[in-house]
Amino acid sequence: MSAAAPARPATAPRTSTAQALARARRGPRRRRRAVVTVLVLLVLALVLVRALLGDYRVSLVDAVRIIGGEPVPGASFVLMESTLPRALVAVLAGAAFGAAGAAFQVLLRNPLASPDVLGITLGASAAAVTAVVVFGVRGTPVTLAALGGSLLAALVILGQAGGRGGATGRMVLVGVALAAGLSAVVHWLLVRASIYQAQDALVWLSGSLNTVTWADIARLLVLDALLLPVALLLAGRLPVLGLGDDLAAALGVRVTALRVGVTLVVVALVAAATAVVGPVAFVGFLSGPIARRLVPGRPSVGVAALVGAVVVVGADHLAAYAVPGTALPVGLVTGLLGAPVLLWMLRSRPTTQEGR
Amino acid sequence: MTVTDTPPATVPHDAPTAPAGSRLRALDLRLGYDDRVVVDGVTLEVPTGRTTAVVGPNGCGKSTLLRGLGRLLRPRAGSVLLDGDEIGSLPTREVARRLGLLPQQPVVPEGVSVLELVERGRHPHHGLFRTWSREDERAVAEALERTDLVHLAHVAVDSLSGGQRQRVWLAMVLAQATPLLLLDEPTSFLDVAHQLDVLDLVRRMCDDDGTTVVMVLHDLAMAARYADHLVAMRDGRVVAEGRPADVVTPEVIEAVFGVTATVLADPDTGAPVVIPRRRTS
Repeated sequence: MSAAAPARPATAPRTSTAQALARARRGPRRRRRAVVTVLVLLVLALVLVRALLGDYRVSLVDAVRIIGGEPVPGASFVLMESTLPRALVAVLAGAAFGAAGAAFQVLLRNPLASPDVLGITLGASAAAVTAVVVFGVRGTPVTLAALGGSLLAALVILGQAGGRGGATGRMVLVGVALAAGLSAVVHWLLVRASIYQAQDALVWLSGSLNTVTWADIARLLVLDALLLPVALLLAGRLPVLGLGDDLAAALGVRVTALRVGVTLVVVALVAAATAVVGPVAFVGFLSGPIARRLVPGRPSVGVAALVGAVVVVGADHLAAYAVPGTALPVGLVTGLLGAPVLLWMLRSRPTTQEGR
Repeated sequence: MTVTDTPPATVPHDAPTAPAGSRLRALDLRLGYDDRVVVDGVTLEVPTGRTTAVVGPNGCGKSTLLRGLGRLLRPRAGSVLLDGDEIGSLPTREVARRLGLLPQQPVVPEGVSVLELVERGRHPHHGLFRTWSREDERAVAEALERTDLVHLAHVAVDSLSGGQRQRVWLAMVLAQATPLLLLDEPTSFLDVAHQLDVLDLVRRMCDDDGTTVVMVLHDLAMAARYADHLVAMRDGRVVAEGRPADVVTPEVIEAVFGVTATVLADPDTGAPVVIPRRRTS
C-alpha cells in the first residue's frame, strides 16, 4: 500500500518547519547584525572624537592630510604624538579586555569570573609593583614582570581545571582567593615604598593611556591580530561547554583541553593589554554582561570585544576632559562607571523571550 | 533466572535476540571517585537496537556505570569497548558521533532558544571551522518535529516547563543522531504524563530508528514497561539481568531494593507490575 498516513503528507510539514526555523533564526540574526554594525560605527565615531576633539581641535580635513603624510603645523604633533595613538591603543586594549573577560566568564559559567576579578590582572599588578618598588625598574622590565605575574596567577587557577566535577567552581574560588592575596601584596608594597616609587606604581595601577607610544600600538596590534582570531575560534566551542562539562564531553568537546586553551589565550590578551595601559578597572568584567544583554542567548566574545573598545575609548575621552584642567587616569572612569552599570544590570533581568 | 549476591557471571544471558554482537560492552569494569569504588566489576553487553534499563537503589552505581559507558569517567580497572575499540582511545569527537549521552541535569544557558540548543547537538558533526550543512538542517528540523517543538523553536529554554525542557534535551540528542544513546534518569522530576511522553519518545527512537538505548531509571515499573532488557544493580554490581518478566520477580526485588513486593502482570501488556510491601533490609 502506497497510501501514506493521512495525518502527515510528505512535504507540507517540512516546508512549514523550514519556515518556522527560518523565522526563529531571523530575529536573533538581525539583532546581532544591527548590534555589530552600531558598535563598529560607535568605535569609529569615538576614535574620531577622541583624536580630533581634544583641547587642541584638529579638523577632519587636516587629519586626512596629516595621515596622508602632509605636515600641518601644530595639528600634526597633537594628532600623531598624543590623541591618535591614545585612541588607537584604547581600542586595542579595550577589545582585548572585553574579549578576554567575556571568554572567561563563559568558560567558567560565572558572570563574576572575569580576569580582573579572578586575580589574573592582579597578578600582573603585583608583579609590576614589585618590579617598580623592590627592584626600582621602569619601562620594559615592568611590562615583562606584568606578563609573568598574570601568567603565574593563571597557572594557579589552571591547576584546578582538570579532575572530576566542579572544576569551574574551584577555579572561581581559587581565583577570588588569589585576587584577595595579591591585592594585599600590592598594598603592602605600596606602604613600604618611597613616595616617588609609590607614585610611579600608582599611575600604572590606575590604568592610564598617558604614556602610549607608537611602538606600544604596534606591539598590541600584532598581539591582538594574533590572539583575537584564536579567541573567536575557541569561542565557537564555548556554547557547547555552556551546557555543562558532562554534556560538552558527550558532544565531543575535549573539556580540559578547551579550558586550558581558552585560559592561555585570555591570559595573553589580558597581559598584552595590561602591559601597555595598566589594569584598566572593570572593562573585562563589564563587557561580557553588556554583550550578552545586547545579543542574548549566545556567548558573544566578538561583541564583547567591540563593547570593550567602546568603553575604553569613551572612558578615556571622559577622563581627559570631564574635569577641566585635570587628566584623570582612564581606569578611574571605568571603575566609576562600572559600579552603577553593574547595579543596573542586576536590576533589569534580561529578556528571556527573544523574537515572537 | 537466578539471583546472585556476588559475581553475576552465572546469570543466564538471554538478551532478546541481540543481533550480531554488542556495539557497547563493559568488561570487568571498575569505576570510582577519589578513594571510593562505586562500580565494582561490571561486565555488560548492551543489546544492539534494544532499550536497556539500569535499575537499582540510590547509590548503587547505576549513574556512575552510565558515565563510565559514556567515557566521562576513566575506568579504575577493566574496560569499555565501543565497536570493539577501547572507548578511551578513540577521538572524543568520533565517540560523540556514535554515542550520545544525556546527563541528569544539564545546564540551561541563560536566554538560549530551543532552536539554538538543539543545533548544539550537531557539534560532533562539525570540524574546527564550523559549517552548517543541509544534513545538519535536516537533522535539527526532524528532531524538532519529532519532539513537537517546532512552534517553540524561538522560545528561550529557561522559560519552558520541566516537561518541555526534557523534550528539548531529547531533541538535542536526536539531532546528534547517534546509533547509541545513554540517558541518565530522563524522567526524574517529571509528572506521570510527561514521563510517558519522554519514554514513548525513547521507545520510538529505539523502534523506528534502531537506536540502542541505555537508560538509568529509578522507577522499576516504568523500566519493566519500556525496556527490552533490564539490568538490576546493587552495591556497584549487577545482581540480575535479562528480560523484564524474568528480572522483575519478588526475589530479585528483595535482593536489589531490600523490600518485599508482589509482582502482578499488567492486564494489557503482560509486563510486570510491582506492588512494594515492606522494607526488609
